Amino acid sequence: MALEDRNRVVILEDRVENISGADFPMSFDGEDVPFHLEGFKKTFDIKIIRLTPTDIEFDLIGVDASIANALRRILISEIPTMAIEKVYMINNTGIMQDEVLAHRLGLIPILADPNEFQWKRPSDPPTDQNTIVFKLDVACAKGRDVPEGETDPKIKYINSSIYSSQLQWDPKGDQETRFAQNPIRPIHDDILITKLRPGQIISCELHCEKGIGKDHAKFSPVATASYRLLPDIQILEDITDDDAELFRDCFPPGVVDIVEEDGVRKAKVINPRKDTVSREVLRHKQFEGKVRLTRVRDHFIFNVESTGIVSPEALVNQALDILIEKCEISKAALDSAVKGNNEEE
Amino acid sequence: MQVDRLTSGPYEHERLHNGEHDAAELLGVPSNSLDIKKLSDPIPTAADKWQLLPAFLRVKGLVKQHIDSFNYFIEVDLKKIVKANELVTSDVDPGFYLKYTGIRVGMPERLDPDAANRSITPHECRLRDMTYAAPVAVDIEYTRGKSRVIRKGVVIGRMPIMLRSARCVLTGKNEAEMAQMQECPLDPGGYFIVRGTEKVILVQEQMSKNRIIVQKDSKGFMGANVQSSTHELKSKTYVYIKNNRLYLKHNMIAEDVPLVVAMRAMGMTADKEIAQLIAGIDPLYLDMLSPTLEEGAASKIFTQRAALEFIGAKVKGIGRRQGAPRRTPHEDALDVLANVVVAHVPVNSSDFRAKCVYMAMMARRVLQAVSKGEDTDDLDYLGNKRLELAGQLIALLFEDLFKRFNSDLKLNVDKVLKKPNLARAFDVYNQLLCHGDLITQGLTRAISTGNWSLKRFKMDRAGVTHILSRLSYIAALGMMTRISSQFEKTRKVSGPRALQPSQWGMLCPADTPEGELCGLVKNLALMTHITTDDEEEPIRRVAFALGVEDASLITGTELHAPGTHIVFLNGLILGITRSAQRFVWHFRTLRRSGRIPAFVSIYIDDHRNSVNISADNGRICRPVIIVENGKSRVKDEHIQQLMRDEMQFDDFLRLGLIEYLDVNEENDTNIAIYENEIKPYTTHLEIEPFTLLGAVAGLIPYPHHNQSPRNTYQSAMGKQAIGAIAYNQLNRIDTLLYLMVYPQQPMVKTKTIELINYDKLPAGQNGSVFVMSYSGYDIEDALVINKASLDRGFGRCQVMRKFTAIVRKYANGTYDRVLGAPTTPDGTVLDKYSQVDDDGMAAPGVRLENGQVYLNKQSPVDGGNDINAGTGAADTVEYRPTPMTFKYPDHGYVDKVMITTSETDQTLIKFLLRQTRRPELGDKFSSRHGQKGVCGIIVQQEDMPFTDRGIYPDIIMNPHGFPSRMTVGKLMEFVASKAGAVKGELQYGTCFGGSRMEDMCRILVEHGYSYTGKDYVTSGITGEPVGAYIFNGATYYQRLKHMVADKMHARARGPRAVLTRQPTEGRSRDGGLRLGEMEKDCLIGYGASMLLLERLMISSDVFEVHVCEGCGYIGYKGWCQMCRSSKSMVPIKIPYACKLLFQELQSMNILPRLMMENI
Repeated sequence: MALEDRNRVVILEDRVENISGADFPMSFDGEDVPFHLEGFKKTFDIKIIRLTPTDIEFDLIGVDASIANALRRILISEIPTMAIEKVYMINNTGIMQDEVLAHRLGLIPILADPNEFQWKRPSDPPTDQNTIVFKLDVACAKGRDVPEGETDPKIKYINSSIYSSQLQWDPKGDQETRFAQNPIRPIHDDILITKLRPGQIISCELHCEKGIGKDHAKFSPVATASYRLLPDIQILEDITDDDAELFRDCFPPGVVDIVEEDGVRKAKVINPRKDTVSREVLRHKQFEGKVRLTRVRDHFIFNVESTGIVSPEALVNQALDILIEKCEISKAALDSAVKGNNEEE
Repeated sequence: MQVDRLTSGPYEHERLHNGEHDAAELLGVPSNSLDIKKLSDPIPTAADKWQLLPAFLRVKGLVKQHIDSFNYFIEVDLKKIVKANELVTSDVDPGFYLKYTGIRVGMPERLDPDAANRSITPHECRLRDMTYAAPVAVDIEYTRGKSRVIRKGVVIGRMPIMLRSARCVLTGKNEAEMAQMQECPLDPGGYFIVRGTEKVILVQEQMSKNRIIVQKDSKGFMGANVQSSTHELKSKTYVYIKNNRLYLKHNMIAEDVPLVVAMRAMGMTADKEIAQLIAGIDPLYLDMLSPTLEEGAASKIFTQRAALEFIGAKVKGIGRRQGAPRRTPHEDALDVLANVVVAHVPVNSSDFRAKCVYMAMMARRVLQAVSKGEDTDDLDYLGNKRLELAGQLIALLFEDLFKRFNSDLKLNVDKVLKKPNLARAFDVYNQLLCHGDLITQGLTRAISTGNWSLKRFKMDRAGVTHILSRLSYIAALGMMTRISSQFEKTRKVSGPRALQPSQWGMLCPADTPEGELCGLVKNLALMTHITTDDEEEPIRRVAFALGVEDASLITGTELHAPGTHIVFLNGLILGITRSAQRFVWHFRTLRRSGRIPAFVSIYIDDHRNSVNISADNGRICRPVIIVENGKSRVKDEHIQQLMRDEMQFDDFLRLGLIEYLDVNEENDTNIAIYENEIKPYTTHLEIEPFTLLGAVAGLIPYPHHNQSPRNTYQSAMGKQAIGAIAYNQLNRIDTLLYLMVYPQQPMVKTKTIELINYDKLPAGQNGSVFVMSYSGYDIEDALVINKASLDRGFGRCQVMRKFTAIVRKYANGTYDRVLGAPTTPDGTVLDKYSQVDDDGMAAPGVRLENGQVYLNKQSPVDGGNDINAGTGAADTVEYRPTPMTFKYPDHGYVDKVMITTSETDQTLIKFLLRQTRRPELGDKFSSRHGQKGVCGIIVQQEDMPFTDRGIYPDIIMNPHGFPSRMTVGKLMEFVASKAGAVKGELQYGTCFGGSRMEDMCRILVEHGYSYTGKDYVTSGITGEPVGAYIFNGATYYQRLKHMVADKMHARARGPRAVLTRQPTEGRSRDGGLRLGEMEKDCLIGYGASMLLLERLMISSDVFEVHVCEGCGYIGYKGWCQMCRSSKSMVPIKIPYACKLLFQELQSMNILPRLMMENI
């Protein structure tokens, strides 16, 4: 492996090369690359690129893929949230069957801090410490003073569509005071649950419990969490004039620009981050040997999109906490295993 | 070559211009290389001519054949049948008569005469197990004593009504009115509802009637045969050549008759006349005919009388009515020749000339075939086939029943009139009323059992009707277009199964089942129409007006003169024309201007020098655009008008812009597929080439890129896909109903999908699919499925099952009862009965576990026929419980409970039980390209690979599915749907068209994806990139009805059969798993004798018997009844089946002895 390729994943036309990292001892002939904490501290970095109430984009630089991946996996499946788990159907005369209605209700994200609640085992009785109760009592009726010939059901009927905003929190115990600051409610008010027609009734009690995405996707706090590697476009030989324009058009806008240097219009990579790695440039014969597409192996561009229950920056923090906790458990287990081995000897 | 002077017009194609065009032009090979069209070039049609297709379907509907045929029966055929059987007379009273003056079928009505609203909807019939039928009323005129009575509207029976036919309440209703009647506006109709089940009368394929077919028989003799069919009877007549001599063969004549003798018997005694009619003046044919004539001379039969005597001696004496006077042989012969042999050629007052000419024609065909070297007709050619539809089949049945009705009536009338002095004048009206059930019962029984047995035609067909499959919308639709063939399936010949070139555009090339019915069951293409009968008389008049010379005025010389064409009308010789081209052109012009019905076909048969006009029913035809002088008659403006709704499809027909062509007439045409391919000799233009596929194969995106069997597989699987069935699906109570919770319309649609409303009632979901190897649980087409997708509702479906209970009343006055849950002595309710309400039924919404009762019914112990046995008072009657219990391993819910009464006033309780299922390991899925696979593993989302944009797959498919299957269409669907998804629009994958790959790739590149559809992907397990780019996209996946939950089965110990004491068979009886013959052989081969013993006996039906060592007879324990001793009894273990065999042998006086020996 060439030296400059050590932390590069190489994008070829038909395959990806250098996919695995080699930052461990004995991976290069005659060279020892041991792990140095100091060196790690120097290269490691986290940069927050963009932060909105629901999204975060940040760069995680200087770690192995396994660390980044662990973070991603924890984000998806191991951060607990509260979601509707039990639906007690009192009456449902709508066309949607009980199970389907319950399934749809379960997928509605509920704004409640999961840290405020305890885990509930199947045998545990529901208490104000482990369960949130919602009520859904809706009935559809014919609207009053509806003009003749009206066909829009939203005008014609009352409650023709049932939205998540119609879920009513029923505080139990001290929940009212505990959550006085931010009352528990569905995050989005406009999730369509079902549709009703005059005379149809839905009446049910919904119990939210704490769970993790591994058990059911409804507990996952992220819409998605993923990362990509930072693209690095290396121009090996100058690309000029018309070719430069073609070259520029092979990338999304803003990746490559054309600059005048010594009176020659040359293509120059200005923001490889924006590249989507469509490999369009490799289709063209004229760029053969002139360009090399690579990605930086230890530069992860994370994109975490929260469902809104937990803020994205808190999500990442929690994920890291869980990761640390897991490491502690592994360390302890490893220690005791090593100790056990030693004692046996 | 003789050429007509008047040969302008579109039909002067190459045959008239031999030598004037060069071959290349004639073959349509472009002489200029610049003209070569690339497949991918856009089609520069001035008009969106495919718009004609929705217009066609709007007018005709998807199952127009069935409905047209039934309407024709109701409106026309029924009246004809009554007209033909209008008079009922009495043998006793010559003054008595009853005459039917008219017949009508009303609108469907309920039976209950007291009902306030007698009109009934199809949905009520489905729910209440009733028959959707309308009264058949006749107008009669009869004598009562000395006076003549006229009655109108006498109901003689009830006729099941085809949905959406002219007599159906749904016809002409809009969507809101349909909703009012709980009917789905997208349902095609065309089926019947008989006793609550939906029944389809399948289209039947048959050889055409009344046409001469030249064929070699089984002994290798060349022969012409004709299947004559009249209202009275069916018969088959053969003229064949043996040792260069022509013979006549018919079932009614015991021996084959020399043709000359037959002709003489029909009054054509002169050799010269016979020779002229058969051979004309052609020396070749005359030579071939000479042995036949010589044989005639040698037979010494020269007069008609002698010939009739000769034949009369050989006539089989069947069908003679008893009591009728015995006839002389020569009368017999005259009768058979006039009425049975080639029965469809009419003989008026013993004028046999037409029949002679016809028979001579048959003889000539034989000679022609022999002289041209075995030139036989192709039996598989679609032009020689006729399709029989519901209308024709019911007409046959009704005529039979009506005749029986009349003869029964006559018998009864005779019986009454025979009485010497009647108190009152006899009124036949009362007799008429009490026979009503015959027709009603006959029709409903035939439709509900599918047995069509008509003694008159020796017809005994089973399986004519089928239950309409409501598995999916497509299944129902596919059933309506199905054609079943009358060929036996055991024959190993490939001919009838093979795809015939003449099927182009008429029958779907892809949609046929696999296995034994492959190629025998076919499906109609999208635009196919099947004709109904048209009146012959006006056509005959038009033909004569256009210069056809009447055949009865012509001798054989003229008939077969060169340049002369014989004109046939529905297989009968009408006359001759000396300018066939002109005649045909005139005829077609008249048809295009609407003077002749549109479905009458005419074509020139150059080999036979004949012009054939057909107006009979069952011909397959399709509409095409007429091209004139190299220009399509349908212009842009017409299409504009069509799109503005100013013109309808029928206007196109009326204006002569399009016309219907049947298979035979297609041979006379040159049809261009696209407008830019029109050449000078082109006569027609296709409306749209994709219409050559049927409704079911039309779902496949890019089918023209697939290996053809894949399209066939998909055609079979599309019918098993779970989806939405109809708008009224939640109001239906079907035996078995599969519904998808979140069905989606496909991202890659086809025009057909829109036309058949598959986008409104879809069966499948668009999944994000990655094509890659993952985990090893994906071998053999297994799929890897994302668990998070399942959590979110991917592939979720519901299974609804109907369970019916009838609360019976018995003959002795007792009746079943339904009670609330019984309580145990300590006042609690058993868990088994916990879901039963006070009314004895489980309420809708209630959850049922295995073994729980949902209907607590009890039946009287004695419900026998003894009327005096009980008074019916509940307290004196003993009851035994007959509850209905839930018998599925997984829990379910009560969806609906319906309590009603059936037509016979029995209380009917229907339960609809529901299960909601998320996909699990082993459930079957399929894309739309015949690529089925089971779910091999369900993987956590975080373990799934993901793209740079954070896209995770719903399904991972193994790439090994592609190379051997060659489903390129699927690859194209991936790319097109991915492009559609990133751009936010739907794409088209219509056959021979659809979104072009160049455009799709461009869209992908514009949105930052690779043009290949393959993306850089990161492994979810290692977090490192995947070494290959992964092909991915959104693909439409169908969930098929085969689910593990319905099939999984295992048992350790369990029930045994009573007779053999072996474990029961089959999952439904909790049966054992059989160690079969081949498995047994494996154990023998391996030498595992103890295992074998255990499997075959110990774990099955081991039984200890006590055998007497003395006599070898099976006895009691310690006692041999045979030897009357207890000395030598030994116990042995044998299979119970073995012991049973011994005893059965004993009962047949065979005594097996068991001899014991030490080993």
